[in-house]
Amino acid sequence: MANITFNTTLLIYLLTMLGHTFYLVNRKPLVKSVSFFSLGLGLFFHTITICLRSMETGHGPYTTGFEITSFFAWVIVVIFFITEWKYKIKDLGAFVIPIVFLIFLYSAFQSREYSLIDESATMFWLTMHRTLSIIGYAAFAIAFGAAVMYLIQENQVKNKKLGVMYFRMPSLEVLDNLNCKVIAIGFPLFTLGFMTGSIWNVKTDESLFSWDIMRTWPLIAVWLIYCCVFFGRLLVGWRGKKAAQGAILGFVAIIFSYFFHVV
Amino acid sequence: MAEVNLILVGVNHKTTPVEIREKLAFTKGKIEESVDHLFNFPDIIEHTILSTCNRVEIYARANCQDSAIKSIKQFICDFHGLSLLELEDHFYSYRNKEAVEHLFRVSSSLDSMILGEAQILGQVKEAYSLARDLRSTGLVLNQLFEKAFSIAKKVREETGIAERSVSISSAAVELAQKIFDDLENHTVMLVGTGEMAELAAKHLISYGVKTVYVTSRTYERAANLARTLNGSALDFEAFKNELHRADIVITSTSAPNFIIKKEIVEKAIHERKNKPIFFIDIAVPRDIEPDVNDLENVYLYDIDDLHVVVSANIKEREKEAENAMNFISQEVTKFNNWVGALDAVPTIVEIRKKAENIRKQEIEKTLKKISHLSENDKQLLRQMSSSMVNKILHKPTIKLKQKTQSEDGHVYLKAIRHLFHLDD
Repeated sequence: MANITFNTTLLIYLLTMLGHTFYLVNRKPLVKSVSFFSLGLGLFFHTITICLRSMETGHGPYTTGFEITSFFAWVIVVIFFITEWKYKIKDLGAFVIPIVFLIFLYSAFQSREYSLIDESATMFWLTMHRTLSIIGYAAFAIAFGAAVMYLIQENQVKNKKLGVMYFRMPSLEVLDNLNCKVIAIGFPLFTLGFMTGSIWNVKTDESLFSWDIMRTWPLIAVWLIYCCVFFGRLLVGWRGKKAAQGAILGFVAIIFSYFFHVV
Repeated sequence: MAEVNLILVGVNHKTTPVEIREKLAFTKGKIEESVDHLFNFPDIIEHTILSTCNRVEIYARANCQDSAIKSIKQFICDFHGLSLLELEDHFYSYRNKEAVEHLFRVSSSLDSMILGEAQILGQVKEAYSLARDLRSTGLVLNQLFEKAFSIAKKVREETGIAERSVSISSAAVELAQKIFDDLENHTVMLVGTGEMAELAAKHLISYGVKTVYVTSRTYERAANLARTLNGSALDFEAFKNELHRADIVITSTSAPNFIIKKEIVEKAIHERKNKPIFFIDIAVPRDIEPDVNDLENVYLYDIDDLHVVVSANIKEREKEAENAMNFISQEVTKFNNWVGALDAVPTIVEIRKKAENIRKQEIEKTLKKISHLSENDKQLLRQMSSSMVNKILHKPTIKLKQKTQSEDGHVYLKAIRHLFHLDD
């Protein structure tokens, strides 16, 4: 059953991605509505998939690589819906849904074996660490989409080459603002996730210094990048292009760190 | 059989110079006056007059196309006291499909001087609603115009025909909106009081810009312009120190050299904590050092840049017009089918009426001869005859409806009318 809903979700996400991309070149409102509706349907099946899995395993979706990546994609979709509702940025989907699809597709290739759960007190910290980090990452994924759009739009306005995208995309102000807001939400959550992760580590290993460097340094790099983006805006007025570049660099670092940290 | 003949006679900016167009124009009062004149022509069944500064067109449904076209041309000239002989060459006339396509193109703003301009749709709507009020339109023109409006709306929404601005000041406003989004609570600074700068500023104000600063070498002029724009004047010596307050700066001085240099903008942007500034340099020679555009969060457009944007936009509108034309061709075919089906309906009604008459006559004749039948039995026989007629006519009716939708529909229609002796 979980397999059926998983495959349905994957197929719907693929169609939704194509729909959103198609909407970039074809401006029919129907395409937009259908893509939006189909994303909702995808989220519905995705939610069922996660629930079924949790009922089988008896715990939340954050123990194995498969669960984490699927949950990650799920949170991105949820945050995307919130952003759509608040900002109504027509083409954001074309930049965010491919990320969702790729992450979800990646999860399809991972082992679906259950992982035994450690019922000890340290589990609380691990769960907190994973949940908070994933929500933070999902916010960063949205920031990434907004940042790519910002750079495309900025490049057009700056170089006076006003192509199709110039007319279709929202203003620089809106994109920068979205980047600012999602990072302002994502960064504190990610930081908390980082801290709870450290607490869990200390509790299990009884030592702050026994961290596996290979697993930890990429996370520190990610944290440092978003720290610069977040405080750079607050203190030095880094906005616009710099903020967008930071958000893109940060997200690329997240992808790399995933392979070091989780895999 | 009343065939549906649509015609259009008119002149527009492409065929006729303004000196003649203005003489041929119909004001609202003149249109009201014309209705009876046009209905005096026996060939004209329905009509609508569309008169704008770029065109005078009469759309009509007529019994005979040739004579109706002639009559309308004659009417337009006579009504305005002009000679048809002299104007004949300016007129164009279209029939059926072509007339339909023309109206669809006109209302979608594909026949306008400025492609995609928004005014024409409103003008066509006005012309049509006046014609309806005057009861000069009927089934076919009503459908034609309603269709034209929905097509125009779709063309506007689904192609980029109206998307790109095609004037310097609207292109500038559009750029400002792509940088700042909502222009409300934004500040514009005019450096120099050139006419075009004033125009652009007014345009920006109409889009919500609240604060306006004006500076000029002659303080008087700055103060005057500031008053008309509801803004405040700045001393020319001091404006560079105030630059950081402006989101949009429009320069139009006659200074021979650059008056806004990179360092000044760098300082201003720093003071603004990197909030973007949009410079529009309308002056020739230019007022702003071009290097300013290299600074982050600074966008500089000079008059040539804006011209390039505008002409690229016009080209883009032309491309979009081609897309729109594909869509319109499909809609013309659909409308044509509708007109065709319109023809089938009266024919079907006539056939059924004829068959029903025969049935009634024959059954009653027979029933009279068989006297021993009860009333119940007679009723049964009547029902049987009725369903026989229905069954026999059912297939041909359906086929006829289908066939009239096709290109050679009228041939079927003619044949069937001939076979059933409907026109005798």
